[in-house]
Amino acid sequence: MPKLNSITELDAYRATCLQSHDAQRRCLTVCAGSGCTAGGALDVLAALRKDLEKRGLQDRIDVKSTGCHGFCEKGPLMIVWPEGIFYNRVAARDAVAIVASASNGRQPVEKLLYQDPVTGQRVLREDEVPFYARQKRILFGNNGRIDPKRIEDYLRVGGYSALARVLQGVPPEKVVHDMKRSGLRGRGGAGFPTGVKWEALRANPATPKYIICNADEGDPGAFMDRSLLEGNPHSVIEGMIIGAHALGATAGFVYVRAEYPLAVEHLKVALQQAEELGLLGENILGSGLSFRIKVVQGAGAFVCGEETALIASIEGRVGEPKPRPPYPVQSGLWGKPTVINNVKTWASVPQIINRGADWYASIGTERSKGTMVFSLVGKINNTGLVEVPMGITLREMIYDIGGGIPKGRQLKAVQIGGPSGGCIPASLVDLPIDYEELTKAGSMMGSGGMVVMDDTNCMVDVARYFMEFLAEESCGKCFPCREGTQRLRELLTTICQGNGKEEDLELLEDLSWVMKETSLCGLGQTAANPVLTTLRYFRDEYLAHIRQRKCPAKVCRELIVYSIEPTLCDGCHACVQVCATQAILGEKKKLHEIDAGKCIKCGACLEVCQPKAVLVS
Amino acid sequence: MPKLKINGIEVEVDHGSSVLDAARFLGIPIPTLCHDDGLTPYGACRLCVVEAANSNGARPKLLSACTLPAEDGLVVQTHSARVERARKLLLELYVATAPQSKTLQDLASRYGVRQERLAPKFESCIQCGLCVRMCQEQMMAGAIGFAFRGAKRKVARAFDLTSPLCRQCGACMYICPVCELRCHGANAESTLCNGCLNFATVCFQSYDQAMCFFDPCHACEIGGPVRSDVAVKLSAVKSANEQER
Amino acid sequence: MQTNPLPASTSEMEELENLLRVCEDSRESLIPLLQEIQEKYFYLPEPALRRVAQKLKVPLRDVYQVATFYSCFSLEPVGRNLVQVCLGTACHVRGAPNVLDRILRDLKLPAPGTTDDREFTVRSVRCIGCCGLAPVLRVGRNTHPAMTQAKVKGMLNKYRRKEARQAEKAAEAEHAEVELHH
Repeated sequence: MPKLNSITELDAYRATCLQSHDAQRRCLTVCAGSGCTAGGALDVLAALRKDLEKRGLQDRIDVKSTGCHGFCEKGPLMIVWPEGIFYNRVAARDAVAIVASASNGRQPVEKLLYQDPVTGQRVLREDEVPFYARQKRILFGNNGRIDPKRIEDYLRVGGYSALARVLQGVPPEKVVHDMKRSGLRGRGGAGFPTGVKWEALRANPATPKYIICNADEGDPGAFMDRSLLEGNPHSVIEGMIIGAHALGATAGFVYVRAEYPLAVEHLKVALQQAEELGLLGENILGSGLSFRIKVVQGAGAFVCGEETALIASIEGRVGEPKPRPPYPVQSGLWGKPTVINNVKTWASVPQIINRGADWYASIGTERSKGTMVFSLVGKINNTGLVEVPMGITLREMIYDIGGGIPKGRQLKAVQIGGPSGGCIPASLVDLPIDYEELTKAGSMMGSGGMVVMDDTNCMVDVARYFMEFLAEESCGKCFPCREGTQRLRELLTTICQGNGKEEDLELLEDLSWVMKETSLCGLGQTAANPVLTTLRYFRDEYLAHIRQRKCPAKVCRELIVYSIEPTLCDGCHACVQVCATQAILGEKKKLHEIDAGKCIKCGACLEVCQPKAVLVS
Repeated sequence: MPKLKINGIEVEVDHGSSVLDAARFLGIPIPTLCHDDGLTPYGACRLCVVEAANSNGARPKLLSACTLPAEDGLVVQTHSARVERARKLLLELYVATAPQSKTLQDLASRYGVRQERLAPKFESCIQCGLCVRMCQEQMMAGAIGFAFRGAKRKVARAFDLTSPLCRQCGACMYICPVCELRCHGANAESTLCNGCLNFATVCFQSYDQAMCFFDPCHACEIGGPVRSDVAVKLSAVKSANEQER
Repeated sequence: MQTNPLPASTSEMEELENLLRVCEDSRESLIPLLQEIQEKYFYLPEPALRRVAQKLKVPLRDVYQVATFYSCFSLEPVGRNLVQVCLGTACHVRGAPNVLDRILRDLKLPAPGTTDDREFTVRSVRCIGCCGLAPVLRVGRNTHPAMTQAKVKGMLNKYRRKEARQAEKAAEAEHAEVELHH
């Protein structure tokens, strides 16, 4: 690849890339995000390539692996360009049929097309699929079109044109001003106005200045940042270079979780290619801007998603947060002014530059602009990544996009914002999703995790689960978080075991309050949110555990009993084979019985019983 | 020089001072556990939290005074209801963690902790970090440090072996606020001492002022919160209570 | 995966020197260096940590603190097979804790850790990112999606040594009166 020394050269190179690529040429793109890969996407890719070679078609039809397309429930996913035909649940054995259909322009492979679960109708293209139709994918839109390991693909879809525009004639102050006008708020969780943060950094005369991309994405159930880094790393890199210009930064860091090896790999390839082209390094495109980005890997600590802990980790220390103020823009990495933003925030920057601050501000609600990316998981039919304008209601998310709750069960709650967030009850399903509304309801936007729960989830157990996680991940430096998370965990476990007292509820609230008010960092301050929201909206469930020693959702082990319904048991013996404690007695073809003294209520028998004879009460 | 407002009083302090420094300059007492004037501020005990906000009208937050830089326009409340409630709950949690500590019991009594809702843990360390900082900053040895994370976090020696840097000076034991054993107050049977909560009854019967500010306090022969070397005479308190009845 | 129960040998210390040669002697290099050592030896041997402290001029207590703080690091050698069970929210609501309990029960471990024969180390991890196929777990580099308790025994047997497999079978035949078939 040539080294580009000016914007004119960049434009010329982009033109070459566009010319050399025939947009009408058939291309089979296969989603190779982590989810689809676990479902066999690599086998699909191999099978496609093999079949094309066998038929000598490899020069006429391209095969491309891309990043996450978002509809993880229906993976592995494929798109056939230029028509944009959308295939789901693709297996390696479908390769022959796919190639046949692609090569002679015949009908698409019917059984691989998305089928509406209600009408049974098949749709052809991605934008006809309800899951996608209601999304507004300004960040994720290109994931299905580009190979993350080829910078030419990114250039072809207009990549690095925002950078060119900015270097050509948008002074740093104007960039910051546009960020403010766009209303972009930090997508890492707290939602602090990005433009204001950038402005504060510019006001600080100290040098050198640093930029950090927070890719620690610790919330369990959230994988948006991973998918963006795997699928379109250049969008983040471009955002950071624009940031370097606006903020006067000389070095940037991307801090990625240790558990994301693919994201690290794609990021490193992208950085190397960007450097080769001259988009990173000294005197970028002849503008005088010099900027380099380094990838730093986390080492397994959720608390390192907190900005001061992240900084400590880059410095080679333990991830113990520092009291703020002073904020990183005043004193950050090695005591120097530092701006830290989330992956999605950085990826939004080129979009705002190219399409304008006013365009961005036209999307969303009055105080929450733009789109938000959610990972919609849990008890929902269509799991996956969803990018929607701020202000969409939960109802639309769950029923129109998510396809509703499986097995005909009832929606009970939606956990938003990971362990720092809270549970929104089904009664608030018409809540518009934006920063202020979620905070009013007691929850938090967080980094976008959205876990749907139905009536078979026990909310006390959910609170306990999050408290176990937080007690494990607390750095332990400050007293209220270290002790508070442990005490809350103990109290919730006691309640789940049926040994709670009514006074415990007030104690839970007092402990939660003091953690919220006095903890040193965001982890401790938000750690009690799962407890506070479940107490607020599901208090009767707590009381049932305490007063009647009952778990209404039939989850808490000490409060349930497993038994076999005599009229339904067919003696198939499947339960005996999986029973962990040999607690089931019975001979083949005869009635089976569970010995309650030995039963540990693990639920293995429930999983395998075909006639559904295992009862839980 | 930054000008800030504490409890409605305007004060100007040296650049680089903390809000704790500024409050002390004004004579306002703020409780601390992990702070020592000779050591760098740590901000871990959270007992010194005060309500602070910039004058822009944003909702004030509770922040540790020892680490909060005194800045222009800062508005601070050191004894608001919110702060007092926070200190009281923190101390309830502290005294449940290490009920054998006199320092914690005294503070708990001073802040009106009268109920024990949490099971006592009898831990010998509250991880205030004073010993670690003492060893590193004043004794220039650095033989001990923290290790692990969360519930497992503790003050430790590397690989559980005494470091050759340790000079056996004992400064770590000297500065520890938990090491001092509690006095045996009127409720000696329970883990909540409340010894000094009984002062007022005794003092105002025989004298017309609280005697704890007199040095030494002879009123009930219980060393006041500042005196830990005076022996406790349980009988004095018991007989005084009997007199009351 | 190999185990490394003995303290680092001379050749291993030489390999360590190679790693140290290429890194910068600054505090910033500490975590990346420990990550490389962890990847190479599957744990952080004490002599290696002492050498790192010396080379980077970082106090040993700080190196020890960093080595014990982060979940990726282990001061103990890990088992031949590293089983990582995802306990992310999506996996949790689909029964991952039961799967973890079953694995621990099967391997006779009271809590996540390493078996006495050093064959298995069981750990829980936060989200692997395959939430559509929950519950998920990894053994070494293999990902096992859609796990159920019923699948645990068969899954573990794939990784057991032949002798251990036979011993398990014999023990089971003794306990239960019913014949089990795999």
